[in-house]
Amino acid sequence: MSAILPPAERLWWKHPLDRVEGTWIVISFIWCMIMFAMMVGWHIWGKQNLSTETYRTTPELFTTKAQAVVDKYTVRTETFKNLAGIDEKIPVVAPPPGSDVYLVARLWNFWPIIELEQDKTYRLHITSLDYNHGFSLQPANINIQIVPGFEHVVKVTPNKAGTYSLVCNEYCGIMHHTMVSRLYVKQGGTP
Amino acid sequence: MSATTYRTCPRSGLQFESNAETLMVVNAVTAVVALLVGGILAIGVVLTRWPAVHWLAADTFYMVLTAHGIDMLIFWVIFFEIAVLYFASSTLLRCRLATPRIAWLGFALMLIGAVMNNLTVFQGGSSVMMTSYVPMMASPYFYAGLILFAVGALIGCFVFFGTLVVAKRDKTYQGSVPLVTFGAIVAAIIAVFTIASGAIILIPTFFLSIGLIDQVDPLIYRTIWWAFGHSSQQINVAAHISIWYAVAAIAFGAKPMSERVSRGAFLLYILFLQLASAHHLLADPGVSTAWKVVNTSYFMYFAVLASMIHGLTIPGAIEVAQRAKGYNNGLFEWLRKAPWGNPVFSGMFISLIGFGFLGGISGVMMGTEQLNMIIHNTIYVPGHFHATVVVGTTLTFMALTYFLIPVLFKREMIHPGLAKLQPYMFGLSMYFFCLVMMGAGTLGVPRRHWDLSFAGAAMAYEWPGAAYLMMGLVGIGGVAAITGGGLYIYITVGSLLWGKKLDGGKPSAHFTPIPVSAPSAAAQSYGSAGFAAPGTFVLAMVFLVSFVLYYFINWKYLSQVWGLS
Repeated sequence: MSAILPPAERLWWKHPLDRVEGTWIVISFIWCMIMFAMMVGWHIWGKQNLSTETYRTTPELFTTKAQAVVDKYTVRTETFKNLAGIDEKIPVVAPPPGSDVYLVARLWNFWPIIELEQDKTYRLHITSLDYNHGFSLQPANINIQIVPGFEHVVKVTPNKAGTYSLVCNEYCGIMHHTMVSRLYVKQGGTP
Repeated sequence: MSATTYRTCPRSGLQFESNAETLMVVNAVTAVVALLVGGILAIGVVLTRWPAVHWLAADTFYMVLTAHGIDMLIFWVIFFEIAVLYFASSTLLRCRLATPRIAWLGFALMLIGAVMNNLTVFQGGSSVMMTSYVPMMASPYFYAGLILFAVGALIGCFVFFGTLVVAKRDKTYQGSVPLVTFGAIVAAIIAVFTIASGAIILIPTFFLSIGLIDQVDPLIYRTIWWAFGHSSQQINVAAHISIWYAVAAIAFGAKPMSERVSRGAFLLYILFLQLASAHHLLADPGVSTAWKVVNTSYFMYFAVLASMIHGLTIPGAIEVAQRAKGYNNGLFEWLRKAPWGNPVFSGMFISLIGFGFLGGISGVMMGTEQLNMIIHNTIYVPGHFHATVVVGTTLTFMALTYFLIPVLFKREMIHPGLAKLQPYMFGLSMYFFCLVMMGAGTLGVPRRHWDLSFAGAAMAYEWPGAAYLMMGLVGIGGVAAITGGGLYIYITVGSLLWGKKLDGGKPSAHFTPIPVSAPSAAAQSYGSAGFAAPGTFVLAMVFLVSFVLYYFINWKYLSQVWGLS
């Protein structure tokens, strides 16, 4: 007769459904199907779907490819004081639209700084050289997991020019909270 | 095994077998100790993330956060759940507990494991967070502690299954097991799956930590670890929903609106709830779109459907019971006249509403493949799971404790006035805490992060002022919630130590089987428009509207970010 006693009706599965329950189940079911359709439909009509293109990689292999792009497309360097208080030059890389861009995440920085053009699409390759890291683009608030050993190729199309920050949002050790970098997006056409 | 005794509690009519009773007491008390430790650690976490206070040093903060997560999410809830499993089998089915000595062994392993893990974390070299993603390594004792704990919990589950067999064999009940026991079976089945996953990944990681093997794949680790980490929260869902049904039965004499619907919904949990661990890999490389879509939707949201059903049938059952008692005016008299001063009920109801509106809606939103990108690893995530695990599970366990103090612990509650207040204080401040955390998360504030200001970093990001405001409110809400949690511990421990002893009922060498109850008339003459629970239906529609709006607001937000393909 109650939830803490065995059901009084031996054949409880034949007990009729109340109308409240029946109606709610139908409504809930429809809503669940709508949500399911949204997720699938966004792959067809939506513009924000995370790529699944992934390759196994090693720190050496990835660093070599990243270095090649840095050597080829560095437009300037920016100088920052690192945690030890020493000036450090970080290359700003501006590869042509449509090309492959490499971003290294490691303890406890991102390398290099990337400069993209608005409304152009790039193939952004991301990996970590050591632990798990997070790719958290602010203030756009796009968040991607960076897993060591895996090269994740994400096609990105920035839709707004400006200076973005790249925050590591996966705990990666004692200086995790200092792992932050930049990413520039400039207006199309202007240098 | 025949040496055991049974007593029938004069206040509740429940029958307790002495072995099961002692084990329930010991497991529940240990759980509360874990909650106390986790609660003290919460002070450190909250006061550090409150930007204006920023209390602990970075290394201490990460250590405290690691221990807080493990103590709360694993030790507090699972110790309590073992007590719940013994209650749902031995007490509700009125039979002896199977193999009490092995149950004690299980408890001992859990205790040793929990202590070992905690001591290791407090030594400092194992601040790897609860998730301990490889290749970041903790001390071998960190993993060994978790493994011992898991083996102990697994033994507890099998003692529970064995007890079901004892009840069946001794014919202590007729027909089917009660719905609450059914829910506990679901929880235990999920627990076996969970613990097996934990073993599959933690044992190799333990070998890695002692140098026996030289690699554990980071992505495989994440995949299987979450089959343990998220599933352990699904044990909680099944357990606390069973307790909601139990509280509805205890406080109102409510019977389930339909056994078929409620049990069917529990069955959907067994089939689909586990898939939810995929939610943690939505922003990961290497997993396919089809895999994400199937798993993250719990196979077309059938587990969400199940939760939405429970969310209706539990208040619905209460409404039907209240209307039968004559609280039949308008849509909501049944709810207005509910025993709001009884912490068993108020705790359960605050839990149910918060779990649905805050935990449920946010969980489905962030579990959507694409929407996950705008919240992954932000503080929105702890905002969500504090709404599910704290408002949902912890508050429910608190409410159940208020029922158990006189019934199981045979003590009169000290400060009943304070106990009346506690679920509101804890539950509502937790609502607030979760909401502002989610607010900060939508602004991008990361979880597990010591310093919002990035002091010393070369290219510090300047968060919007609203993020600082939200994190300040997180601090205030957190302190209020911790105070509410402290009240619970004070009332519970105080009642056990100083509460007036109550008569427990005479021990007898024999059990009394559950009498067969007469089938009740199915026809109901109350309610309106053929609806037995119209008020609940209106509440459910309010829930649905909130759900739909919030869901689509987030799609709108997503549509404005960078193109990603």
